[in-house]
Amino acid sequence: MNSGDTAWVLISSALVLLMTPGLAFFYGGMVRRKNVLSVLMQCFIIMSVLSIQWVLIGYSLSFHPGKGFWGGLGWFGLNGVGLEPYADYAGTIPHQAFMIFQAMFAIITPALIIGAFAERMKFSAFLVFTLLWATFVYDPLCHWIWGIGGWLRNMGALDFAGGTVVHINAGIAALVTAIVLGKRSNLDKNVPTPHNMPFVVLGTALLWFGWFGFNAGSALAANGLAVNAFVVTNTAAAAAGLSWALIEWLRNGKPTIFGVCSGAVAGLVAITPAAGFVGVVPAIIIGLLVSVFCFIAVTIVKPLFGYDDSLDAFGVHCVGGIWGALATGLFASKLVNLAGADGLFFGNTKQFLIQMATVGITIVYTAVVTFIIYKLVDLFIGMRVDEKTEAMGLDLTQHHERAYTVLE
Amino acid sequence: MKLVIAIIQPHKLEEVKEELYKEEVNLLTASEVLGHGRQKGVTEIYRGAKETGNLLRKIRLEIAVNENFVEPTIRAIIKGAKTGETGDGKIFVLDLKECVRIRTEERGSVAIG
Repeated sequence: MNSGDTAWVLISSALVLLMTPGLAFFYGGMVRRKNVLSVLMQCFIIMSVLSIQWVLIGYSLSFHPGKGFWGGLGWFGLNGVGLEPYADYAGTIPHQAFMIFQAMFAIITPALIIGAFAERMKFSAFLVFTLLWATFVYDPLCHWIWGIGGWLRNMGALDFAGGTVVHINAGIAALVTAIVLGKRSNLDKNVPTPHNMPFVVLGTALLWFGWFGFNAGSALAANGLAVNAFVVTNTAAAAAGLSWALIEWLRNGKPTIFGVCSGAVAGLVAITPAAGFVGVVPAIIIGLLVSVFCFIAVTIVKPLFGYDDSLDAFGVHCVGGIWGALATGLFASKLVNLAGADGLFFGNTKQFLIQMATVGITIVYTAVVTFIIYKLVDLFIGMRVDEKTEAMGLDLTQHHERAYTVLE
Repeated sequence: MKLVIAIIQPHKLEEVKEELYKEEVNLLTASEVLGHGRQKGVTEIYRGAKETGNLLRKIRLEIAVNENFVEPTIRAIIKGAKTGETGDGKIFVLDLKECVRIRTEERGSVAIG
């Protein structure tokens, strides 16, 4: 047991928790003001619901050792998950420290999907959908990639801090829900503009800050690897924010704060799987390029196909996540992390193929199961609010609250 | 000259604007207001304290027009704002005594368009 490592993982857990309210403001600023509370509410209730799901069954399903579909219920209610280290995951910190660190990832992943269905989903249906999705999509996938006995882990897939488990996973679920749920009404006549841009900036700042816990905390120790992850995380976010602004400047004539924020988040997404395996020059390349891919996805691909991924959960998290996962297969180096592997540019083509296979498997599994869960909940509860409710806004209709008064 | 004042649903603003442009009514002022007519307003609950009959958000449009544009303006607003349910709003038409374009100091009908 190491007190420095334990302190760092606990602090990192708190940092990652803060990302979910950060995401709430990031998304909340982008919606119309009649819906801002609904987004904040969805993020916060996920913190409540998944915190409990995780300690009861989620952690066990994800991380209990086993070669099956998931880890099973051997650690139900944290039975057997104690205060001594569990060396297969982290040898120098209490097992429960690892568990609570992972809890924060399980919380933010379903929260990311909110960006795709914002402004039109029924709150009750959202709750049931989220709980089922966390249990039948996140937990198994997490087990396959990170759990002892997980088949993608055994295949050699590299995912340092959750590029695949978190971002591609949530991003694909976002695309599926956006397509099946349909567009927000009157979208062609009334293009919604973000109602509070400073909230978007505040949210981005909290995400960037929390992401140090997400990536550097994934070293699970206060050591050189954590420092490497910290440095490349900051570098990639910076490069991507700059890159997005430059693209806008060249293409639209003016750089925007919304663009810098979108770029920074895309950079953070892309460096996530690579943070523990690449050095600082690849981090700059990963950051500069991710904004190009995400910018194309958001401004060209989305209008072309016409799906209403309202706040670009797919365009930023899935596209950025896929680039990050593949870039890990290109730039990974044992010089950075002996426990990792070399990538294509260091003579190991196989790693790149493994990364591609993992991305493909994740996309197929998540898309299919998300679709099934959506249809089930839609059948029993109905996913979408009616048109009048949507017009009045979710804050008043789903929660009997409004964010801003007009008088007084 | 008339002043047309319309109270409409906020989410109908874009459609009303579009209909007005079709009738070549291009000048308008919009502001956010609160109010309710027959529609009873909404319930809000804060920490269990229930507030009913709260005023609803509406958009108020002010459009100054010459006589021959009065009916087209009314027609456009109805076309854009009508859903057939309570809460669609109202249109008021008032006589307008004077209109001055500040830039040129023109007065009357020429200053409106």
